[in-house]
Parts: sequence; C-alpha cells; structure tokens
Amino acid sequence: MAGNVWVLAEQWRGQLSDITYEVLALGKEVSTALGVDLQAVLLGHEIKGLTQSLGKANSVLCIDHAALADPVPEVFAHALASAIRDKNPQAVLIPLTNVSWELGALLAAELEVGYVNACRDVRVGDGKLQVRSVLYGGKMEAIVRPEQSPAILGILPGARPADQGRVETAPRVEEFAVDLPGTFSIHWKRYIEPEAGDIDISKQEVLVSVGRGIQNRDNLALAEDLAGALGGAVCGSRPVIDQGWLPLSRQVGKSGVVVKPKLYVAAGISGAPEHVEGMKNSDLIIAVNSDPQAPIFNVAHYGINADVMDVLPALTEAVHHRKEVKAHAA
Amino acid sequence: MKIIVLLKMVPDVVEELELAADGKALNTEFLRMIANELDVHALEEALLLKEKYSGSVTVVALDAPEVDDALYTALAKGADQVLKIQDGEGTLATRAGAHRLAQILSSVPGLLPADLILTGAQAIDDLDGLTAPLIAHLLHLPQLGIVTKVSVNGAAGVAAVLREFPGGVRGEYEVKLPAVLGIQAAEKPPRYVPVAKVRAAMKSQTIQSIPAPTAADGGVGLLQVDKMAKPEVSQHAQMLQGSPDEIADQLCEILAARGLV
Amino acid sequence: MQYPPRRIIGMLRAGELEKVFASDSLLNCVACYACTAKCPRGIDLTGVLLPLVKEQVLLRLPEMPAELQKALENKLRYGNPMGESPRKRATWVKTAGVPVRIFSEDPRPADVLWFVECYSSYYPRGQQCARSLAKLLHALGIDFAILGNEEKCAGECGRLSWERGLYTTLMEYNMLVLSKYRFKLIVTSCPHAYDAFRYRYTALNFNYALMHFAPFLAQHLERLKPMLKRKANYRVTYHDSCCLGRHSSVYEEPRLLLQAIPGIKLVEMTHNRVNTICCGGGGGGMWLDTYYKAKGYERLSERRVKEAVATGADVLAVACPYEISRFEDAVKVLGYEKKMIVRDIVELLAEAMEV
Repeated sequence: MAGNVWVLAEQWRGQLSDITYEVLALGKEVSTALGVDLQAVLLGHEIKGLTQSLGKANSVLCIDHAALADPVPEVFAHALASAIRDKNPQAVLIPLTNVSWELGALLAAELEVGYVNACRDVRVGDGKLQVRSVLYGGKMEAIVRPEQSPAILGILPGARPADQGRVETAPRVEEFAVDLPGTFSIHWKRYIEPEAGDIDISKQEVLVSVGRGIQNRDNLALAEDLAGALGGAVCGSRPVIDQGWLPLSRQVGKSGVVVKPKLYVAAGISGAPEHVEGMKNSDLIIAVNSDPQAPIFNVAHYGINADVMDVLPALTEAVHHRKEVKAHAA
Repeated sequence: MKIIVLLKMVPDVVEELELAADGKALNTEFLRMIANELDVHALEEALLLKEKYSGSVTVVALDAPEVDDALYTALAKGADQVLKIQDGEGTLATRAGAHRLAQILSSVPGLLPADLILTGAQAIDDLDGLTAPLIAHLLHLPQLGIVTKVSVNGAAGVAAVLREFPGGVRGEYEVKLPAVLGIQAAEKPPRYVPVAKVRAAMKSQTIQSIPAPTAADGGVGLLQVDKMAKPEVSQHAQMLQGSPDEIADQLCEILAARGLV
Repeated sequence: MQYPPRRIIGMLRAGELEKVFASDSLLNCVACYACTAKCPRGIDLTGVLLPLVKEQVLLRLPEMPAELQKALENKLRYGNPMGESPRKRATWVKTAGVPVRIFSEDPRPADVLWFVECYSSYYPRGQQCARSLAKLLHALGIDFAILGNEEKCAGECGRLSWERGLYTTLMEYNMLVLSKYRFKLIVTSCPHAYDAFRYRYTALNFNYALMHFAPFLAQHLERLKPMLKRKANYRVTYHDSCCLGRHSSVYEEPRLLLQAIPGIKLVEMTHNRVNTICCGGGGGGMWLDTYYKAKGYERLSERRVKEAVATGADVLAVACPYEISRFEDAVKVLGYEKKMIVRDIVELLAEAMEV
C-alpha cells in the first residue's frame, strides 16, 4: 500500500513558521494527486498545543521528547528517521530554512534514499513525483524524478501561498514515541539575539534594498536618499551586511528578516533564492539591475535594466519634484 | 590542530549558462568553473583557526576543470597540503561527490583523524544533497551547518560554534571534536593572495593526486534528471524603458497611483 | 600623505622603512607621475620605488580594502576589473552604428589594431566613447580591427598598484594574443594601456608601433577637420591625463583636436600640462574611493572639478576612460550638474560630425 505524504511542520522556539503552511498547501496537492493522506509531522518538546492550525493535513504525527527541546539538527533527523522507518511515508516534504537546513540531507543519508534540495514545486504525473529544483543561484531549474521511497524533498519558501495551507482546526493527533540516545556529541547552549537595531525593517512600509550591485559603501547614500524621499528605510542582502556596510538588523533573507512592505525597491540585487524568500510577498517590487538575466526580474513587478547608480538619483529627484508640485498645488 | 577543508568547483555564473544538447545538463563548451564561494570561506576559516591555534590545513577536492588553480591558490594562502581526487563526477552530484570524499578521507593514510572537517554550508549546484551533513553521516561524525564562528578548546576536545537562525538570531553550540562544520561565512572576508605567490606555488609546490576509489557508490544515483531549463516563470517584471529620467518619471506615476508618493 | 616620496627615501636611508610599511599612506599614491616628473635625478619613482613600497604596505594590512581586492581578483579571472564575462567584451560593437571588425572572426591583417580596454568595452558611458571613436575611424576610412573578446586588461593598474604577478600574467597573455594577428600600428583609447605597452611591456620585447588615439587622430587632422561641421558654442577646458601627459608628454595633440571643432573656445585650468592634477584613478585609486572616504580624504577628482568649474568652461574634456566616471561622479557630488558636463574628446569630435 502506498504510504502517506508527510510534511514537517517547522516548529521553532515554540511557534510554527509560516513556511509550514506553504508546504502543507503543496503537500495537500501532492497527496490528493497520489490518492493518499497528508500527515503533518511535529517534533519538539511539549508541542501538543501547536496542532491548532494544521487542519490542512488529515492527521498530525507528534514526536515529543525532551531531547527535541533544543534545536540540534542531528537529533531531529534521528527522530524523524525512526518515525519514517516505522510508518513508511512515500514522500517527506521538509521546509528549507535555517531551522531545518540539514534535515533533508541527514535523513536521506541515514535512510539511504534520495534527497532533492531547493525544490520550488512538486507535481504528480503518472503517479510519480516530478520535482522542480532551483540551481545556480536561480539561473536554472532541474526537473527530477526521485526513484526511491520515501522521496525526501527540501522545499524552498514561496512554493505556495501560506494562507492556502492554513486551516484553523486541529486534525487527528497521533503520537510517536521515539528512542533517542542519552548523550549527544552536540550540546545546545543558547540563543544570541541580534543587537537591537535602530529600526525594525519588518515594520517599514517602504524599503530600499541594496545588494552587491551598488559596488561600494559610498553608493549606499544613493539608497538612503531615495529611502528618505519615500519615507522608508534602507536594508540589504547578505553580501552588503557581510561587508559591514549595514548592520545585521537590516539583512533581508534566509538568515535575516522576512519583510512584506508596500514597496520594495531591490537595487543591485541579483535575486538569489536566499534573498528572495525574505521579500517575495512585498506588495510592489521594483528591481533595478544591470544584468538583464538577473533572477530578481522573475520576482519583481517592474524591472529596470540599467545602472543602479543612474536610476536611484533620478528617481529620488523625481520623487522630490513630485512632492514639491503636490505641495504647491495644495 | 588538524583541519581538512573540502573544496569543490561549481559553474561560474558570471558566464551565461547554456544547456547541453540533451537538455539535461549544462553545455560545457564555454562553461567556466570556480571554487564554491562558501568553500573558500571554509578555507579562510580553517586558515584563521590555524593561525590562532596552530596546526595544519589540508584541502581535498575532486578533479574538475580549473581545480588546479583553486588548489594552488589554497597553497599560496597558507594551506599545508592539497589533494586532488581523480575521476571526479559531473557537476550535479553532491551526493556522489560526498561518497567519494568520505571513501578517500577514510582510506588515504594520515588524513584522518582530523579535528575539524570544514566545507561550505551550501553550493549553487547542490541538487541531491549537502556535502557537510552527508560527509558527517558517512564518517559517523557530528555536524552543524550555517556556521559563522568557531572557537576551539583543544584540551577539552570541543569547539564552540555559532550557527545562524532566521531573523538574525544565532545559536551557540558546543560540539565534540572531531566534527564536520558547514561554513556560511568565515570570521573575516577571504584573504587576497598575490598572484606572484600563486605562480610561485605552481612552480615549487605540488598537488597530490589520489586515484579514484574503487568501491561502489552505495546509495547514489537515486535522482533521475528529466530536464534542465531556464526557470519557468509565472511572471516576469514589466520592464521599463528609457533614460534614467524617463524611467524615474514612469516610476513616479506607478508609485503615485498607489499612494506611495 | 604621511610619507611622500622624499620622506620615504629619507626613511630608507635612515633604516626606518618599517614605519612606512606600517602606515597606509602609500595607498594614497595614484601613480600620477608628478614626483617622477619633478625628480632632478630622473629616478623612476612611480614605476619602481612606489609600487614596491605599496606592496609591502598592502601585505601588512590586516584586511585588504574589499573593492580593490575584488577588482584585482576580477582582472585575473575575467580580464577586467568589473567582473564581467569576457564573452561580453565586444557586445558594444553591435550598437556601434558602423562596422567594427573583430580579429578572431576575420583574421586578415589590418593597418590598425585598436586596443579598446575595459572601461570603454563594458561601462555604458565608456561604450559611448568607444562608439564615437569607431565612427571617427570609420569616417576617416581607417582599416582597423579590435581583439574583441580576446582582449584583456593591459594590466597597468595592477602593476602600479603593486600586483606584479597579476601584471605579468596579463602581459604574457596579451603578448600571445597580439602575436596571432598582423597589423602595422596599435592605437589605444586608454592612456593606462598606452603606458603599459610603451614602458612596461618592453620587458617582453614589445616592439609594435604604438599611439594613443589623440596623436593618431591629430595625424589625420587635415582630413578630419572638414568633417567637423557642427558649430560648438561652448567653452571647453581640457584635463591633461597623467599617463598621457606628464609621463609621455602628449599635451598639444588633444588641444589641436579640440580646436579643430568650429566655434569652440578652449580655456586652460590653472594646473595644466605637466602640472596637471590627477583624477585619482591610477595606481589602484579607482577602487579605493570608499577607503579614502572612510579616512576623510578629499577626492582628487573633486578637487580637479572645482578647478575646471572655476575656468568658466561648460565642458570638461578628457582623453582617459577613468576620467569620465570619476569626474562625472565628482560633478554630481559637488552639485555642478547644471554647470558642467564631462565628455571624452572623441565624443565631442563625433558630435561635431553630425549636422
């Protein structure tokens, strides 16, 4: 009998991440197409209260253990592998975020089955899984067919809208008792919170974001001018923060903040998946990049293939001008 | 302290990527390969740890186009030894690569045990796996990924490791050595190495060549690649044309229509 | 600059060079040849002593300035500091408006090999200059071809910003490529490439006939002048570039070209010809602006633009690709957009050809 489709409900610091619902929405499509049940899998310690919004799934498998209170990837992988061996799902969808990063690869290694990384879509054709995976920083995709069961899939943020997967009812709960070794080679110590930044970019309505394309720290002023003119703030992709041009509190993306402003101007940002996942739900995305093939143009609503250093000042001036005109007319 | 760095070559996306005739892989005619950016960070972290705690750094790579360049550069930066494994797989086989590496690490005398095995937390061609977790599993070692800081307490045989979580949060762990770490960023940007030093390394130092392992690749080849293609996009940005000033005016209209200006 | 050349030599004599190495003041050196021009003993400070000292300074820095590091790494790997694909180096040719022959596609001998260089090939603003020069060469009926995607940076800035290994690699490569084709003369639009070919490539027996485009076009002035029909009702001041001017004494030809434009008025800045003030792009300066800014140094390009504006000229004419972007930046920063524009000589000539 064909096994169920499993979705790992990503639990972190006692809460379910948004991506859980995205992957549930995707998982439901897949399980329906395969004619089997969708089961959410929840790992952690004292997590039963988290099942309320998992109604998209037919049931939830709860794996509760003291050792799962701390975010040690290997322990989670070990617990999940035990459950998989016991229950034999045919597909396991794992959210691919900093929280669950290594899980898919660890699972596949332990179970000696295939793993597909960086998936942005999963379909079913002829009863087989067809997985679309992102490669080369977003410049290519591979369509692959996992051949073994279970197929372990690492799902990128954004595969489906989260509200499609969120159903505010608790499905039937099944518990799985797992044996975990008493001692581990990795000890969890503590979380280190980011330094309180001057502003919380996730609360800004307008963000002007800079990437490698601004080339040097000086050009940050161009972004600051535009942000000022629009009443917003400056943020950036990882390389800009790594260079020390902006503090960590301004980083948008996989390791940074997820933002959903009314306006997101992406200046000199290529649009690699790690960044896109942090801003793809912005209301209006305008991208400026001198590379016409930059993947950001597949995410943006409006695109400008030109030099950031030319466009930003021009736009700042135009905005100022318009504001003056409005003020005079008033 | 003994550190091994695993380095791999990946397609250089500065060049336009083109598809091979069979539509399942990249056209290699104009393809250039470059050292995986995060592996270069892993090397930098290894060199920084060597400077701090003294010891040795060995770089191991599978054979691939332009790998010699990367290995001589590693030597010029301060690596003590570099090994190239013959008969490397193609570009889409992180899993097969990890299997080969694990076999080599276990079979070449004097390589293991090492205190740390460092490699990049990810690479742009990681289709069927991630190197760090795979190697760790095959060598029965603990691993952590997305690592941004490592400090070692040699006497106690542990390392304090920082790993990234979302929202700028970091987690601190204590890891028993030996361990495998997937490096997201070295504590300093990868150092510059003068070209003259690399050229000198090419003349005076050698890359040790290791024949491919003969054992079967257990559990690999489990993915059937049907096709590779440029991303299928459900949308593409509406491209604005004109001079910067003209574009600025158009954008202002768009913003004004939404009450943003 | 804490340790100008004279003081460096003094410290060398006093055995105190380590202090110089430990300070980063040598990063300020933009290889402008002013000290070399002044040295009564004719010592090649710019070409020899300063790069050696600079090398030691950079090796001792805890972290190399990121932009400079990137530029050098890009030059080595892609043959241009921008990190663009070598296969896009000749893309500008498609929109040149006139035929531009590329040797690799058509290897027949040519009279002139035009060495275009990086900024003119890749930067949109530089490409405008490339198109202008192509138009001029075409109008003059010159038989020319370019290396296209086979061309790589001549390496001069690598050398004078101390990276001898990078320079040697590029020099060996370029000599090899040049040997593949037959031509009578190399004409380049980049004074830095000119400098490299003329003074440094001799180490590998470079003995091709070589000219910068200014003296080359000046040779054809008799035929060029009648083509310059459009009247220029602006005042122009010409900035002498360091490599072309101070180092190679090419002062009058660019001025002759400008004065051939009908109606033009040429005014001189206070510091002209051998006394010119560098735009700050040489010796690696092109990629150290952020570094200087963090230290609070005034940019040379801003200083120079102030001087240009003071002449009352409307146009600042240049003959080096670095100067376009550096001076246009400075004009913006100083808020002089309505007072002055920056144009390469070839752009002004090409413009004057249109009716």
